[in-house]
Amino acid sequence: MTSPVDTTKTDITKANKRKYAMEKVSSKIFLICALLSVFSLVLIVGFVFYKGATPFVAGGYSFIDFIFGSDWVPSEDKFGIWPMIVASLYATVGALIIGVPIGLFTAIFLAEIAPKSVARILSPAIQLLAGIPSVLYGVFGLAIIVPFLQNNLGLARGQSLIAVIIVLAIMMLPTIVTVCETAIRAVPKTYREGSLALGASQIGTIFKVIVPAAKSGILAAIVLGLGRAIGETMAVILVAGNALIIPTSLTDSVRPLTTNIALEMGYAAGTHQEMLFATGIVLFSFILILNFVLAKIAKGGQ
Amino acid sequence: MRQTKDALLRGLLWASAAVSVGILVLIVGFIFYKGIGYISFDFIFGDYSPTGGGGILPMIVTTIYTIAISLIIATPLGILAAVYLQEYAKQGRLVNMIRFATESLTGIPSIIYGLFGAVFFVATLKLGMSIIAASLTLTIIVLPVIIRTTEEALKTVPAAYREGSLALGTTKLQTLYKVILPSAMPGILSGIILSIGRIVGESAAIFLTAGTVAAMPDSIFSSARTLTVHSYLVTQESGDIGLAAAVGIVLIVLIFAINMTATFISKKLNKADF
Repeated sequence: MTSPVDTTKTDITKANKRKYAMEKVSSKIFLICALLSVFSLVLIVGFVFYKGATPFVAGGYSFIDFIFGSDWVPSEDKFGIWPMIVASLYATVGALIIGVPIGLFTAIFLAEIAPKSVARILSPAIQLLAGIPSVLYGVFGLAIIVPFLQNNLGLARGQSLIAVIIVLAIMMLPTIVTVCETAIRAVPKTYREGSLALGASQIGTIFKVIVPAAKSGILAAIVLGLGRAIGETMAVILVAGNALIIPTSLTDSVRPLTTNIALEMGYAAGTHQEMLFATGIVLFSFILILNFVLAKIAKGGQ
Repeated sequence: MRQTKDALLRGLLWASAAVSVGILVLIVGFIFYKGIGYISFDFIFGDYSPTGGGGILPMIVTTIYTIAISLIIATPLGILAAVYLQEYAKQGRLVNMIRFATESLTGIPSIIYGLFGAVFFVATLKLGMSIIAASLTLTIIVLPVIIRTTEEALKTVPAAYREGSLALGTTKLQTLYKVILPSAMPGILSGIILSIGRIVGESAAIFLTAGTVAAMPDSIFSSARTLTVHSYLVTQESGDIGLAAAVGIVLIVLIFAINMTATFISKKLNKADF
């Protein structure tokens, strides 16, 4: 026969044991949840690469012809994506050339020049615009920018490389402004004061002291904008014209990589579909390379 | 000389700001100007009609389905993953690998997610073009967002809270549920709300996984179109800019409300906490 004291003691031991077991189990569950993102990444890369590599490994297609071929005629078994690679590169670089300076200057204005009351309204408003679905930028581009180009440049069709560039530049503006502004605001006040105390002008201080100090944040903004531009699909379809030619001028109709996938995935089958996955691999590699290069630049600068 | 240069640069700063703000005002103004004529009770709460004049209720319902399903899956997984990274893991190779994977997922363009969803969820798992396939794809898209914002929120919980709680004899798990998570709640909530914005704005991935059927979905296994996809298709197929803009207004108002809620919640809870 056990005394009541003993019962409570064993109860406590039992409860403690259960608690420890719970601790162990829960930490394992947390680990599994954390590993899920690794698992997803492996799955995504695995599936896309497996599907995309099939025609080259098993089907006897040449990877060089795929990358540098200029004809994409799935019905005739011709798969060359060089025009799309060129289109994607031109569109992204063009958008950066327009979007980054305007975005950076706007961010400088908001953080350094604008009266506080103005910045307090504009900054959140611009941040909000970063959340607008990208499709709407495409709708705007098709309704305003495309007809404008058509009428003013005398084009047969306004859907062109330059239309894509403008839409992408506008689309990346809110992201670039918001991230750059945060970076500029994070520069310690003493930098500003020190520079001004040495007799530098406000503008001199901004461009010689503050912007260099905020460089890594500004680069991060460019990477984000770049990622958005090169990966954008639906907005681009609406204004690109989607013609399969290597663009030689800003007014040519283009078909970037993303657009090709979205346009044809709906009905593609067999090798055609696998080639779309291969297009996805190229896009994927682009983003990896660009991120890598920019990370290098950021490191080299420090 | 220097003064002219300064004046020139100052002028450029003002001009850039004017251009940015001007263009963005123009876009929102354009959407509202073109679309407002279509907005009515019947437009928002009416069933879709292929012959025109119908409403967008099916697209709203589909959008809500995708938000609900992806969040139901992604929220617990994301929060627990962040808890592991912040509270349990020892820094090392494993954590670096998880961090790398999470960051890489953030950088993948949505069309690639669409490709993956189309081959994995739609074809391999035989879910077909459906709301559930799109939602599962979206789950992976928002997972990194939730993990990262939760991690940031957990970082802001003062170490003294943990120490105080543990010193009272609680287990790690009890401390987590009773002390750490409640005080990290505002940050976690704004992360979840940000993910809603991401889901609402997504188009390419949904286009390839949920399809484009314009009808009220019977179940989560039917193909359907969300608001963004509808806005795209209306523009692409019929060139009806006004209709696309009207859907755009609904989207913008939705995003605006979502952001306001996020700001409100984090302010309110922050005040209640300290």
